[in-house]
Amino acid sequence: MTIASDILQAVLPAMLGAPDAAHAPIQPVGAGAWWIGLIPALPLLSCILCGVCAAIKVKSKLPAWLTVLCLGISFMLTVWMFQQFAGGRSVTVAWEWINLGWTDSQGQRQALVANFGFYVDSLTCLWMLFVTGLATLIALYASEYMSHDVGAGYCRFFAAFGLFVFSMACLVMGDNLILLYLGWEGVGLCSYLLIGYFYKKPSAVAAAKKAFIMNRIGDLGLALGVFLAFVQFGSVEYKVLLDAARPYIEAAQAGHFDEIPFTVQLIPILLMVGAFGKSAQLPLYVWLPDAMEGPTPVSALIHAATMVTAGVYLIARTYPLFLVSEYALPIVAWVGALTALVAATIGMAQFDIKRIMAYSTVSQLGYMFAGLGVLTSTGAAFHVFTHAFFKASLFLACGAVMHGFAGQLDLRKLSGVGFMKGWQVVALAMLVGCLNLAGFPFTAGYFSKDMILAEAFVTPHMAPIGWILLLTAGLTAYYTFRVFFRVFVGPKSFEPGDEVHAHADHAHGDHGHGDHGHDAHGDHAHAADHGHGHAAGHGSGEFHPHAPGWAINFVLAALTVLSIGAAGLYFLGDHGGWVAKMVHESSANLPAVAHDAHGSEGHAHGTFLGMDPHKVMYYVSGIVGAVGIIIAFGLHYLGRKTAATANADKLVPLLGPIPKLAQGKWFVDEIYDFLIVKPLHLVSIVFAYVDKLLVDGLVNTFGWIPRAFGSGLRPLQGGNLHGYAVQMAGGVALLLLIVFLASIAGL
Amino acid sequence: MGADLIVLAQQGFPTPMGGATLAHYLLVSAIMFAIGLIGFLTRRNLIVMFLCTELMFQAGGLALIAFSRFHLEHSGQTFVIFVLTVAAAEAAMALALVVLLFRKRESLDADEWTEMKG
Repeated sequence: MTIASDILQAVLPAMLGAPDAAHAPIQPVGAGAWWIGLIPALPLLSCILCGVCAAIKVKSKLPAWLTVLCLGISFMLTVWMFQQFAGGRSVTVAWEWINLGWTDSQGQRQALVANFGFYVDSLTCLWMLFVTGLATLIALYASEYMSHDVGAGYCRFFAAFGLFVFSMACLVMGDNLILLYLGWEGVGLCSYLLIGYFYKKPSAVAAAKKAFIMNRIGDLGLALGVFLAFVQFGSVEYKVLLDAARPYIEAAQAGHFDEIPFTVQLIPILLMVGAFGKSAQLPLYVWLPDAMEGPTPVSALIHAATMVTAGVYLIARTYPLFLVSEYALPIVAWVGALTALVAATIGMAQFDIKRIMAYSTVSQLGYMFAGLGVLTSTGAAFHVFTHAFFKASLFLACGAVMHGFAGQLDLRKLSGVGFMKGWQVVALAMLVGCLNLAGFPFTAGYFSKDMILAEAFVTPHMAPIGWILLLTAGLTAYYTFRVFFRVFVGPKSFEPGDEVHAHADHAHGDHGHGDHGHDAHGDHAHAADHGHGHAAGHGSGEFHPHAPGWAINFVLAALTVLSIGAAGLYFLGDHGGWVAKMVHESSANLPAVAHDAHGSEGHAHGTFLGMDPHKVMYYVSGIVGAVGIIIAFGLHYLGRKTAATANADKLVPLLGPIPKLAQGKWFVDEIYDFLIVKPLHLVSIVFAYVDKLLVDGLVNTFGWIPRAFGSGLRPLQGGNLHGYAVQMAGGVALLLLIVFLASIAGL
Repeated sequence: MGADLIVLAQQGFPTPMGGATLAHYLLVSAIMFAIGLIGFLTRRNLIVMFLCTELMFQAGGLALIAFSRFHLEHSGQTFVIFVLTVAAAEAAMALALVVLLFRKRESLDADEWTEMKG
């Protein structure tokens, strides 16, 4: 008996036996409203308008307002779509995109149909609500954050921003895997463009390339998965694919995995590789922390809230395909749990607050994958939803600090920011975000994380994953509040970052140095409007941190409200709340239905130390989170006199080499460099020689032969008229001689 | 065409060049050609070389006329008239070129001009 069949046996019979779920007819796919196509079209329009702005050299914030307007309308349409949505599934075809028909060797009619169409079910609504909503808010934030770069750079930023939202909408709303792939590559491209936004900074360019290449590895898996799905099921459209997998699910439920073709079981494994790449899971996670080289709004939107959840979306969308594989979901669970743990341990030892947030994103994505792996797609989707809001607000708060303190991100050089004048909104947003991330009781993050934890203990054979995740929850609470206690409270002190002299590191499109100086002046005047954060610190005489303006404050306040409000979703509707309802009605519903029923069916399921995880996990995870916060309080707040040192420093020597290793990110980059990059480099050197000697040699030989002939004959053309005349006369004489001799010989 | 006309044509004119046959004409033509060729190969003066080519040219023309007469066929003579016309035009152009070349180097030596080589 294998692990996977155990799991499915525990949860699936109920699904197929439940009267209202399993035997209910598959809901027909209706035709959707035409205006659904506007949801992706408006962001594309904003991208084009920003391109026009760049072409006519707009030197104002116009691109930002156009983007906010387009995205805002797109968000309102999404809300309308959600309102109109009746719990079924519908497809809106904007236009026919790919339609190839042929007759195969058996005389069967085959067709590859991939329309530019939008598949709308509750999962689509769920994802699009936070994608367009957050994109609108973050575009508003970016209008202020990017204000130092007004001009060509500003247009470039917002054009890529609009293109990203368009691609993400294609990814989420596409009605087939090929459109999903298009969106998948599109968001990857925008991610590359925006990470490399400061393209004059070598580290940003390197990070952009790293992200792109790492994603290529995953995308290869995704592409192969899509091909195999087409070969196996004859379609790439969800409406066909998801129903085609049903017969196999019955076999899987009976534990007869040997009856399921190997290729069918391989599809989810290949799709999973794509998801691991895009969502930064082991072993492909290393690009995400480096992606923080991009502007902070980009980190918040793309690398925390939306794009990186594409992998979770892919698995949730194709959940029926995952259920038929014996190994796919257990692998997803283990990879997710290990990623969560590894990233959390690295996050504990970093000093760059944005990087800590990046590792926490990797870690939380691991949670979501673990959630999918332990058959709670509801928990995973809920965590995606809540995480999107609180992580966006955490990033944007860090970004406000970075913006105000000239690029300073080192938590040893900032302290007491929350007590400085004009920073209260930022500190509050940070506090709420931290509480959510730490899983403090009654926050949204607490409920969503709890759902995954409880299910990990419930699912047979998955208890180790539950323990890993529980440990990670404690570590998360610690490193999150380490940032809060170091940076936002405590004695007021700061050192400005190295961007104090006119943003030296920023690559400004086509600005000259004169413009930099002007920008810096503008910033200082701006700071004066909002009151300086005058600190008792030892900042350089000239530097005054400038508190965020209305746009940043408004967005942070809105996100704070939203991340608090997300907790309320848990209480909307019964059993699992609003998100659960949304997930139940979508393609990711199977295990959720099973879960509803399996309590009454009386199947044996896992326990937490002999107790029902569903009942005790609330207390356990709350306590673990609180302990993490208390430890952080003791180590990083109590008795801290300066920004640079805290009680934790005394603890570091006791742990031996571990802090050093964790601070060095477990040297995973170096290991990859040694195991993959270096050998490939050596091989490429060898190939370079083969190319030079063999390939070039062959070609050059063919070039050399006529040259050699030519150099032999060349002296005959001496340029001397008499020489030519003698040659010609001699030639004629020779010819005559031959003819003469031939005639004598009688030929 | 009468048989005596063919005899007349092929056995030579009775007077005043009695006994001159095709072979005689061809011999003269060959000698003219050889003189022209040797002159072309040995002399360095561009004008003389050009004259030598004209000599070879006319040797060819003579052979054509002789054959034309021998076969009682007029196209050979027609051809020579065209060749003479062209040769006249060619002579005018060639001498103009020689004048230009002389102006460049103040010399008529053909060995002065060896720039175009492989």
